[in-house]
Amino acid sequence: MSATNMDMRLYASRKLRNTVMMTLCVAAAGIGLMWLALILGTLLFEGVTGVELKVFTEMTPPPGDSGGLLNAIVGSLFMTVLGTLLGTPIGILAGTYMAEYGRNSKLTMFVRFINDILLSAPSIVIGLFVYTILVAPHIEFAIPMPGKLFGGAIEIELGGHFSGLAGAVALAIIVIPVVVRTTEDMLNLVPVHLREAASALGMPRSLVIRHVAYRAARAGIITGVLLAVARISGETAPLLFTALNNQFWSLELNHPLANLPVVIFQYAMSPYEEWQRLAWVGALLITTAVLLLSIIARTLGTQRSKNG
Amino acid sequence: MDRIKMESAGSAPGLSERPKLPTIKAELMVRDTGEDDSTSQDLHEKMSLRNLNFFYGSSQALFNLNLPLYDRRVTAFIGPSGCGKSTMLRVLNRMYDLYPGQRAEGEVTLEGESILRQGLDLNLLRSRIGMVFQKPTPFPMSIYDNIAFGIKLYEKLPKSEIDARVEDCLRKSALWEEVKDKLHANGMSLSGGQQQRLCIARTVAIRPEVILLDEPCSALDPISTAAIEDLLLELRKDYMIVIVTHNMQQAARVSDYTAFMVLGKLIEFGETQQVFTRPSQKQTEEYVTGRFG
Repeated sequence: MSATNMDMRLYASRKLRNTVMMTLCVAAAGIGLMWLALILGTLLFEGVTGVELKVFTEMTPPPGDSGGLLNAIVGSLFMTVLGTLLGTPIGILAGTYMAEYGRNSKLTMFVRFINDILLSAPSIVIGLFVYTILVAPHIEFAIPMPGKLFGGAIEIELGGHFSGLAGAVALAIIVIPVVVRTTEDMLNLVPVHLREAASALGMPRSLVIRHVAYRAARAGIITGVLLAVARISGETAPLLFTALNNQFWSLELNHPLANLPVVIFQYAMSPYEEWQRLAWVGALLITTAVLLLSIIARTLGTQRSKNG
Repeated sequence: MDRIKMESAGSAPGLSERPKLPTIKAELMVRDTGEDDSTSQDLHEKMSLRNLNFFYGSSQALFNLNLPLYDRRVTAFIGPSGCGKSTMLRVLNRMYDLYPGQRAEGEVTLEGESILRQGLDLNLLRSRIGMVFQKPTPFPMSIYDNIAFGIKLYEKLPKSEIDARVEDCLRKSALWEEVKDKLHANGMSLSGGQQQRLCIARTVAIRPEVILLDEPCSALDPISTAAIEDLLLELRKDYMIVIVTHNMQQAARVSDYTAFMVLGKLIEFGETQQVFTRPSQKQTEEYVTGRFG
């Protein structure tokens, strides 16, 4: 290349600016990654030494004693699963309405707006909300049953105290907006011509949605659900007001339920060394679980884009 | 089936009375239908359009279309982009009904029965009038399921019969040899041309009476295009076929009748041979010879 018509000074200054910008970008990315590495490193450093079989087989100990996290792990799994089971169907159905039936309708725009607010609502607000409807008031009622079934009626007693059910409901409320948003987005990405082709075969609307649109959007919707699970598995604030904590083994929905986030919160702030050690282990466990879920979600996402 | 070529008379002066206008060698261009058994049958007007007007909201896209569509014949719609060919096709199976704000006025009949009336069961109508789209649209499921799914919508058959029907349709659409060993592979894994033949197989599988094709070859390579054109001539024996195409050679090769449209109006309709060699309208002549559009 001859430089006869080129202003080499202009080119050199552009090259210099390019180098400066490039350095700044790399530095910014490096700083961002550094915090992540530091957090993960500290967690590993402090947590790994505490990981032993006891953690998975023994209950949370009283102060000064040794023990494990079994009840908290099981309680967390229980509420996360229940919260996901409660929230996912509502989220998927709402997202389906918005993308398939009510696209551009006023209701859809309204729901989308509210959903976006819910998506970014502080989780402590959700915790307080569930506290006021499921924990604070004491509710008692009986469902009459035919004949002598269950002694003539099922008596239901709710609230008045912290409960695992309230915890699961609070988590479900966090799941719903995430699933609504991803379901709607993923269904909107299904090409119009695919729906038209299905309709052109004489396929009723419901079948087009169930067998063609859902199938095409499946990986994306599952990714959304996994991300929601990852999100709720670390939530502490909503559980402080609802499930609280339980030092003992319990799977009763109507009673306080142990869970990892609140145990970490409580133990980390305590002066007892054994508790602090367990808090690090708990934090490591949650982070590892969230990391695994994110990797699975990401893998599914890439597969979707490959299939096209 | 011989491939038929179009040649401009520029290389064969003296053929036309207007030597400055390139025209087409009739004897080369139009398929010899003389030996075809279907020509001996009487023409049956399966569908007809009468005073058809179509609106996208307030803008009118079709103006007073009147024409017959014959059973066991291929009718091609040609015309410049935006002339309403695809819109017309989407009226025939009421695909436009999926979108609010689109409406058709006038009359379209299938076997004498109006298909534009309110309350008509659109799913049943669409099971009688199949459609193949410009882009291949295999469903995100296996090759086998892509075809079996449509069959199961309207018929309850034992698996052996469904298997047989799937094979039959894949053979008809000249795809069987290529996919018989991977029927349970994803339909999306096929090449573009194979996907389009799969879509045709899927359409044929539910045994419609009419097949509509909206530029079925515009995304395909010449070899796949040739395979699909051969297939159309095969399907013509059993179905009424309407094809919208940008490719005039294709219209000349596969169709019995040709309709030429401009800006939502029907300019000319007639036997393909006549439309391409002795068009009655100057606009048609300019279009088929490549001077306009």
